[in-house]
Amino acid sequence: MKKKLIAFIVCLVMVMMPMLAACGGGGGEESGDAGDFKVALICLHDENSTYDLNFINGFKEAMGELGLSEDQYMIKTGVPEGQECYDAAAELADAGCKLIFSDSFGHQDYMLQAATEFPDVQFVSCTGDKALVAGQDNYHNAFAAIYEGRYLAGVAAGMKLNELKDAGKLKGATPKMGYVGAFTYAEVISGYTSFYLGAKSVCPDVTMDVTFTGSWYDETAEKEAANKLIQGGCDLISQHADSFGAPTACENAGIPNVSYNGSTKEAGPNTYIISSRINWAPFFKYASETVQKGENFDTNWTGTIDTGSVELTELNEDVAAEGTAAKLEEVEAGLKDGSIHVFDTSTFTVEGATLDSYQADVESDPDYAPDTEVISDGYFHESEYRSAPYFNINIDGINLLDTNFG
Amino acid sequence: MDKKTKEPLIHITKRKMIPKKQEWAIRLGGILAALIFCAIITTITTHLNPLAVYAKMFEGSFGSPRKLWALLKELASLLLIAVALAPAFKMKFWNLGGGGQVMAGVLATTAVMITMTGKLPSVAIMLLSCVAALAAGALWAFIPAFCRAKWNTNETLFTLMMNYVATQIVAYFIIIWENPKGAGKIGVINQTTRIGWLPTIANNPYMLIVIVSVIVTIFMYIYLKYTKHGYELSVVGESENTARYVGINVSKVIIRTLVLCGLICGLTGWLLVAGTDHTMTTTIEGGKGFLGVMVAWLAHFNPIGMILSGLLMVFMAKGGSEISMAFGLNRSYGDILTGIILFFVIGSEFFINYQIHFRKSHRKEAADV
Repeated sequence: MKKKLIAFIVCLVMVMMPMLAACGGGGGEESGDAGDFKVALICLHDENSTYDLNFINGFKEAMGELGLSEDQYMIKTGVPEGQECYDAAAELADAGCKLIFSDSFGHQDYMLQAATEFPDVQFVSCTGDKALVAGQDNYHNAFAAIYEGRYLAGVAAGMKLNELKDAGKLKGATPKMGYVGAFTYAEVISGYTSFYLGAKSVCPDVTMDVTFTGSWYDETAEKEAANKLIQGGCDLISQHADSFGAPTACENAGIPNVSYNGSTKEAGPNTYIISSRINWAPFFKYASETVQKGENFDTNWTGTIDTGSVELTELNEDVAAEGTAAKLEEVEAGLKDGSIHVFDTSTFTVEGATLDSYQADVESDPDYAPDTEVISDGYFHESEYRSAPYFNINIDGINLLDTNFG
Repeated sequence: MDKKTKEPLIHITKRKMIPKKQEWAIRLGGILAALIFCAIITTITTHLNPLAVYAKMFEGSFGSPRKLWALLKELASLLLIAVALAPAFKMKFWNLGGGGQVMAGVLATTAVMITMTGKLPSVAIMLLSCVAALAAGALWAFIPAFCRAKWNTNETLFTLMMNYVATQIVAYFIIIWENPKGAGKIGVINQTTRIGWLPTIANNPYMLIVIVSVIVTIFMYIYLKYTKHGYELSVVGESENTARYVGINVSKVIIRTLVLCGLICGLTGWLLVAGTDHTMTTTIEGGKGFLGVMVAWLAHFNPIGMILSGLLMVFMAKGGSEISMAFGLNRSYGDILTGIILFFVIGSEFFINYQIHFRKSHRKEAADV
């Protein structure tokens, strides 16, 4: 009995001590001058992941432009795609946030759960695909037409391959690229296909090997995957996974790399060419401003090159082929004025045939039931019927080394 | 003479029993020292007011009813696992497989929820998933226990490996049941229909697991302290030969105890999937199988004491996450503080069990003797 009493006292002391500290020390800054508008971002990992870093940078930039003070925005990192995400979202809503973003696809179910519970708070699952069918006013999805950025990055890759070909430095008879993907669903498929089509637009005989790691962030697996592709005879590597694994492997092997989420020049000064990224700042700014005004905003928001949401980061002139910058400007202008479409059906075939009709699962459901015709006017209308990508077709010229993750 | 001068400066001996008061004084001193040390580190590395940091940690754990419930949920699942491990450790059966046994329960529950939806009514799914989870957890513990009892295999390695086997099987089934295809995750199971979801008590989704953990903890306290089973397993733990000599069937006790352990772990898996998380991920158990070992050890296998040691662990985790958000520190900073505090807490156990003599004092003692 005595032992339990002492245990209880110890427990009490442990609990009380920080409380006393709160009274004595930093308790004052707690309440008080915080503005009534608060925004929050929930991140899967932290700054060490290129993907999350891209969100965090965009978020801070937008908050800076809006002139919000530091206690008006919060960033919660390391939130897994599970019940913890709901807890985090609900805690942030409790703390007075009026707008809450989450950055990972797997957060979406938990954000939706929180959205049903807090009808006065706006929840945005960035990269999610369920808002269209959720029918919940305060639940949104946002993405960007990143396939256009990937396409441009692909053009830079294609030009590098042409340069290697002219110099007789190809590993095989025809140029071959390698791609490290995370998972085998539309977001990744749309990404590597647009990258491939960009390269193909300037280097027609290019082929591409794709391998998957089954994780968004696994530095070792991404590095190994890149090494596997390099050993398999790839002349250039790109990736859609979030660590520095692939860029590092490329630098070690001296193989050119087209990056994603932001410049990785630091990890690969001699091999990094260019990177495409989604700039989330315009969206964060737009959403925050709208909510601040007390208005609601789009259920599905898709950023474009025009909104400043799709960007190319610094071109490494030391590695890129000559004339890349000028070519990229030209293609970008074409994408903007609509003379170039990334998924132009005349530029690719599926099992040898041109695709003239495709029913995509835009209104996502567990059975992946196709529901919307997405090919018209000679191209596949990506990210028009909802913000998250739905291009999930395997086209000719792309060789999947493994599909064991789907 | 020479021998005496060559004696080391520091000399460690095992303590005899020391009064409880002194024991707790050492523990409290350890925590105090840890807090002071953390404060120094915090001031040097982050230039933050350490008191403000501690206040935030406290707020992150107890700051609002929701945070408190989230803390209680974490504590409940950790406690269930620690309580499940306690009898095995008391028996000196080093069960490091708590995590795997939970995962077995998680997998069984998920399997029932996914495959039986639409075929059975919700209540039947709840009951069936419970039975399946208990059976799976028990099986996962039975295998290493049986091998140990039968062929004297190394249970530390065996149970440890069973964790990885369970996690890999779970990873395999995530790919089979993933939604959408290729995304590598299952998402919330039956989010709109809530089929197979355990009922919430008083509109609180975490109440159930908390209540169950309290019941199981009390049960284990009684089981270990007042039942024949509890006595038998402690005899086996003290000496298998003695146990045999007094007529205890050692194999039976080992298997029975581990099956009980597996049942509780399976139950935890069931509560996690059907009760609180409603999904299956490879990280749903969150390292609690190992953390539970520490919780159980720190409390000397006393289930009531585990509430306290478990609370310390959960408090550090929640508090660490709060300070990283509040002060823009990397999440690892919370882990660093946790590491320091655990180091001191475990260190104080050392000082409870052992005494340090310096050369001078030792001589005096020797002279006294």
